[in-house]
Amino acid sequence: MSDFLVFEGVSKRYGETQAVDSVTFSINRGEIFSLLGPSGCGKTTLLRCCAGFEDPDSGRIILDGKDITGLPPHRRKVNTVFQNYALFPHLSIRENIAFGPRTAGWTRGETDKEVSRMLELIQMEEYADRKVTEISGGQKQRIAIARALINRPQVLLLDEPLAALDLKLRQRMLVELDSIHDEVGITFVYVTHDQGEAMGISDRIAAMNLGHIEQIGTPAEIYEAPRSSFVAAFIGDTNFFDGTVTEVMDGSYCRLRIDGFPDVLAWNDKGLQVNNAVHLSLRPEKFNISREQPDALPNRNVVQGTVEDIIYLGSHTKYWVRVEDYRLGIHHQHSRYLLDTRPITWNEKVWISWFADDSYMMERYKPEDENLLVLPDMEVEEEVLPV
Amino acid sequence: MKRSRVPFFTTITVLVFFYLPLIVLSINSFNDSRYGGPWKGFTFRWYVRLFHDPQIWHALKNTLLIAVSATLVSMMIGTLAAFALHRYRSRLQMVHYGMIYSPLIVPDILMGMSLLLFFVALKVKLGLFTIFIAHVTFCLSYVTMVVLSRLQDFDFSLIEAAQDLGANGWTAFRRILLPLIMPGIAAGGLLAFTLSLDDFVITFFVSGPGSTTLPIHIYSMMKHGAPAVINALSVILLLITFVLVSASRTMREKTE
Repeated sequence: MSDFLVFEGVSKRYGETQAVDSVTFSINRGEIFSLLGPSGCGKTTLLRCCAGFEDPDSGRIILDGKDITGLPPHRRKVNTVFQNYALFPHLSIRENIAFGPRTAGWTRGETDKEVSRMLELIQMEEYADRKVTEISGGQKQRIAIARALINRPQVLLLDEPLAALDLKLRQRMLVELDSIHDEVGITFVYVTHDQGEAMGISDRIAAMNLGHIEQIGTPAEIYEAPRSSFVAAFIGDTNFFDGTVTEVMDGSYCRLRIDGFPDVLAWNDKGLQVNNAVHLSLRPEKFNISREQPDALPNRNVVQGTVEDIIYLGSHTKYWVRVEDYRLGIHHQHSRYLLDTRPITWNEKVWISWFADDSYMMERYKPEDENLLVLPDMEVEEEVLPV
Repeated sequence: MKRSRVPFFTTITVLVFFYLPLIVLSINSFNDSRYGGPWKGFTFRWYVRLFHDPQIWHALKNTLLIAVSATLVSMMIGTLAAFALHRYRSRLQMVHYGMIYSPLIVPDILMGMSLLLFFVALKVKLGLFTIFIAHVTFCLSYVTMVVLSRLQDFDFSLIEAAQDLGANGWTAFRRILLPLIMPGIAAGGLLAFTLSLDDFVITFFVSGPGSTTLPIHIYSMMKHGAPAVINALSVILLLITFVLVSASRTMREKTE
């Protein structure tokens, strides 16, 4: 069922800052929905409005057909997993999990049964009578999830739940969260600034910036078809091109003129005409980089450049290649044993190629979003500075 | 390199300076001589006399009555004051803070004088009640400061978590906030209790006939010359204070 949890024109202002600006979207029953964005984008404010810790200045929040705006937190069938876990330090693990049922006045028998079931779900039966201060961060995280889930909420809100864990543990907990979701089947709303987490766990993602939602879609849609330069640059890394259409060709391709770069072919899915301005996003892994000139194909772009920077990352290498006025960020996957070959090195002349279908035309472009890129072109930066 | 002996001797000197008087006092309380001085043999006489002196018992009763009641009342008001200082943002907060804080820095003699003038102006009869009011006035500040520091360390997302799990405001207060700041309130209470127990200066100003507390009684015994009994009493007070202070410390350490 769609429209299970609906935000209708929700706005919230803190003093001078418009934290959330008339946001409207809806979440389906049973899905994992992520609010993804940099700090201060309004994602946590939306979550707090949903939990009842904040009241929106205007707009409504509707859960399963009922308007829950203005209800206090304890009257909503919504539970939260807090960023710092917020476990009660004076209670044992069992008592922490049983807090909700005790408050709701469940019978002792039912509470005990459910607590045991939850401990089993998070595989922490043997820790039940430990103190909260005696367990690790990952375990605290699981307790916080169990403590929320035991109340059988309609929606589970997760506020940066993995932010305090180290990388490996974070990846493992992400898988665990996913399997817990499969088990309980309720709706998860997941707030994070980490695009990797959001991509990994979500059915759908809302990419947020400055109190607005920039785009909602599946992880693949968000990544492959970013509607705005913010989405393209914040989620993953990318290369931006500003161009003008010089020729519309058969098969929905078009030719673009780009200042300071050779002409390129692009997939014209937006139906642009000659002289229309275009903003292209081209993901680093779409490029092929080689010493040898690749075969010419009708829909393949081929340019030549010089390697300026290299970051070797094991599974792949990041290259920054100078092509006229542009500096392309390129990811090259090592599918073959690297030491059997002579790796591309600094200042080498290389051939760069990509297919016209692999770039994406964005609807909205803001130059400042280039600052979100992993290694922005420093020379461009310097030109912007006042002398 | 030879280790310097200076730290060792400094330590010994300081310890002697601090504890020698107390040791002399303790030994003298068992000395069978009315005015101290040379050792005349071991005795429990002063302790026995102490326990048979009705005036001392009366003073002790007054002291405990005031200490217990002033502690309980200042624990309650002090905790509420700490909440108010912590929770609300107002331009007057600095003034409120100053008002709570000032009894800690104002000299006792000034406190005593001003309270006396206040009671006299209002024509309140000096006695146990005025001592009680005076003690609440300064105990309150200590309790507030201890509880306030506790609140400043308190993670208020715990309250949100409790509300999120179905607790209303009162339940969240009773089951989460109160148990977690209780050690702070108790430590403040213990501090207040010991301060009330041995306060002399302020009490001296605001006490009236029949409301003699132990410290004041000790002072008058001094004037009427019964140092041996006072020695015995001091040893007992010393022990009680020691127990209370270490209890308060353990409580604070346990919660950190």
